[in-house]
Amino acid sequence: MIAEEAIVVPAVDERTEMLLEVRGLQVDYGRARAVDGVDLEIRQGEILGLAGESGCGKTTIASSVLRILRPPGRVTGGEILFRGEDILRLKPEELRKFRWRNVSIVFQGAMNSLNPLMRVGDQFVDTLRAHERIDRKRALVRAGELLDLVGIDPRRLRAYPHELSGGMRQRVIIAIALSLTPELIVMDEPTTALDVVVQREILQQVDALKREFGFAVLFITHDVSLLLEFADRVSIMYAGEIVETTSAERLATKPLHPYTQGLLASFPPLTGPLTKLTGIPGAPPDLRDPPAGCRFHPRCPHCVPERLGLYTRQTTERPVLREIAPGHEVACHLVEEGDV
Amino acid sequence: MSAAELEVQGLTKHFAVGSAVRRSRLHAVDDVSFALRAGTVTALVGESGSGKSTVARILARLMEPTTGTILFRGDTPGDELRYRSEVQIIFQDPFDSLNPVKTIGHHIERPLRIHKVVPSDQVEGRVHELLATVGLYPPAEIAAKYPHELSGGQRQRVAIARVLGVEPKVILADEPTSMLDVSIRIGILNLMRRLAEDRGIAFLYVTHDLAAARYVADDILVMYAGQIVEQGPIEEVLAEPLHPYTRLLLSAAPDPANLAPPAHIERTGGRAAAAVEPAEGCRFLPRCPLAVAICSEVTPQLVEPHSGHAARCHVTAPSPTT
Repeated sequence: MIAEEAIVVPAVDERTEMLLEVRGLQVDYGRARAVDGVDLEIRQGEILGLAGESGCGKTTIASSVLRILRPPGRVTGGEILFRGEDILRLKPEELRKFRWRNVSIVFQGAMNSLNPLMRVGDQFVDTLRAHERIDRKRALVRAGELLDLVGIDPRRLRAYPHELSGGMRQRVIIAIALSLTPELIVMDEPTTALDVVVQREILQQVDALKREFGFAVLFITHDVSLLLEFADRVSIMYAGEIVETTSAERLATKPLHPYTQGLLASFPPLTGPLTKLTGIPGAPPDLRDPPAGCRFHPRCPHCVPERLGLYTRQTTERPVLREIAPGHEVACHLVEEGDV
Repeated sequence: MSAAELEVQGLTKHFAVGSAVRRSRLHAVDDVSFALRAGTVTALVGESGSGKSTVARILARLMEPTTGTILFRGDTPGDELRYRSEVQIIFQDPFDSLNPVKTIGHHIERPLRIHKVVPSDQVEGRVHELLATVGLYPPAEIAAKYPHELSGGQRQRVAIARVLGVEPKVILADEPTSMLDVSIRIGILNLMRRLAEDRGIAFLYVTHDLAAARYVADDILVMYAGQIVEQGPIEEVLAEPLHPYTRLLLSAAPDPANLAPPAHIERTGGRAAAAVEPAEGCRFLPRCPLAVAICSEVTPQLVEPHSGHAARCHVTAPSPTT
C-alpha cells in the first residue's frame, strides 16, 4: 500500500500544475466596464465553473482568454497567464498557434457555426491541416476517431450539418475542439440550447473524455445547479466581479455571499420538500454606472441602514475577495464581519 | 375538484412537410385530451419539437386544429372576440412581444379599450392597478416608460399585466421564464401561483423545466412526439413516474436538492422521433429500455392504473384488455 501511494504522489502533483491564471483582468466596452478586476485560476485537468446572470461578464472572460474579444470590447488591465506566459502579449503568429492547439472554445450556438455547405469530415480536415502537416486521408481517419469518441457513427463524416440533430452538431463541435488535444477547453453555455436529456448525455461524455485526455475546462453557464454536479470548483460572478469561489461541494452546502445564496435559492428542488422561494429582488445594475461600494448592495437583504457601520461600508467601500477558509474566497463585508 | 374552464378532446394537428412531390404529414399533435381547471396550474412538459407549443397556440386560436374539439366552460366557443378575451396567451420572449415605440401604459390600455372592459375615463386607473398587481412600482412611472427601459423580468410582468386586463379565465403561458435570468424566474412563477389562487385563473404552463413545473403546478402533462405519454397530479407523477420517458427526463434534470452524481443515462440515439407519418407502435420505442414485442406492433393508449394518473405504456401501464 505504502509503495503504491509513493507512486501516486507525483501524478497528483502533475495534475495540480497551474494552467491558466487570470489576474486583475479588466475589460471595457466603451464606458461600461464589463469585467472589473477578475482573478481566476485553473489547474491542469480541472473543471472550473463560472456562473452568473446575463451581462455579468462571463462570456467577456471567455473571449478574453482566447483573445477573440470584438471591438468596442478591449482589455484595459490585468494579465492572462497560460503556463506562465501572458497571452495578451502574444504576436499574431504565436496567437494563431496558441488557439486551438492550447485552448479551444465551444460556444452556446456553436452547433450553428458549422459551415452548412461543407461535409462534417471536411470541417475536421480544415482544422487539422491548419495546424499540422497531415494529409487529407490521414486527417479524415483522425476525424472518424474523434467522432467515435463523442459517440457519433464515423460514417457521419459524409453528412452535411443539416442532416444532424442539434445535439449531434454540438457533439461535432466538441470533437473539433478536441481534435488538436488542447490543454484547456472553454465551454460557454455549451448545452443551453439543448434539451435536458441531450444536455446530460453531452456532459457525461465531456466528463469521460476529460478523464481520458486530462484537459481542463472553463465551464460557463447561468445554471448553477448544473455546476454543482459537474464542476470541481465554481466561481460566482456578479456585475463584472467574482464574488465567491470555492469547491462545488462547499458551494452547495455552505454558500456565503448573499448573491450566491440568492442564486442557489432560485432553483426549486426536484425532490424533497417544497418551500416558497423568493429569488432575488431587483435586477443587475447598469455597468456604465455601477453602484458604489458593494455592487450587490441595492439587492442585498443584509444591507439595511439600521446597521449604520456595516451599511456605510457596504455602500461606499468595495469588498475584495478574501480567503475565509481553505480554498473558499468571498468578497463581502458581512462575511468579513463574521455575520453570515 | 374545481370545474374545467377549458377542455380539449382528441386534439390533432398535422403539418405538411417535405417537397411538393414527396409530401408527408408530421403529426405535431396527436389525439391530445386534457382539462384546465379553475384556480390550478397545469404544466405541459416535453422536449423541443414534442408539440407542446403547438397545443398552446391552438388553444389560443392562433392556429386551427386538424381535428378535435375545444370546450370553453362546457360549450364550443362561438364568439371569437369573447373567446380571445377569456383565453389569453403569454409568450416566451418579453423582448419581442412589446412594441418598442409605444409606452408600457399604451400596451396595457389597448386590450382594455378593445374589449371595453372599463369606461374610457377609468382606463388609466385600471392600468395602474394592473401594474401594481404584477408587482411593478410605482405604476404611474412604469406606465410612462418604454419597453427598452425595463429589464426582462419587468417586461414579462408587463405581458402578464396586459393579459390580466381583460380578466381572462384561462392563461396559456408558453415558456414564460426561459428567457429570463434565474434570479428573476421565481418571481414570475410566484406571480402565476398567486393569480391562480387569488383570481381562480386556470393556467397552462408550457415548459421544459421539470423543477420549475413541480414548484408551481398542480398537475402535469408529459408530451413526447406529439402525444401525451403521462398525466396526473404532479407530485404523484414525479414521485412514481410510470412512463419510461418521464423517468428519463427526471434522471437527466439537475436537482439542487440531490447532489449525488446522477445515474448514468445511456445514450439513446439522438432526438425525439418527429412523428412523420408514424407507424403503428409506441413512438418512444427506439429509446426505450423496457420495450417488449407488443411495443412495435400496437400503439399504446393512455391507461389509468391509479385514479387520475395515466400513462401510455404497454409495460408500466398495461391496458386491462390486452
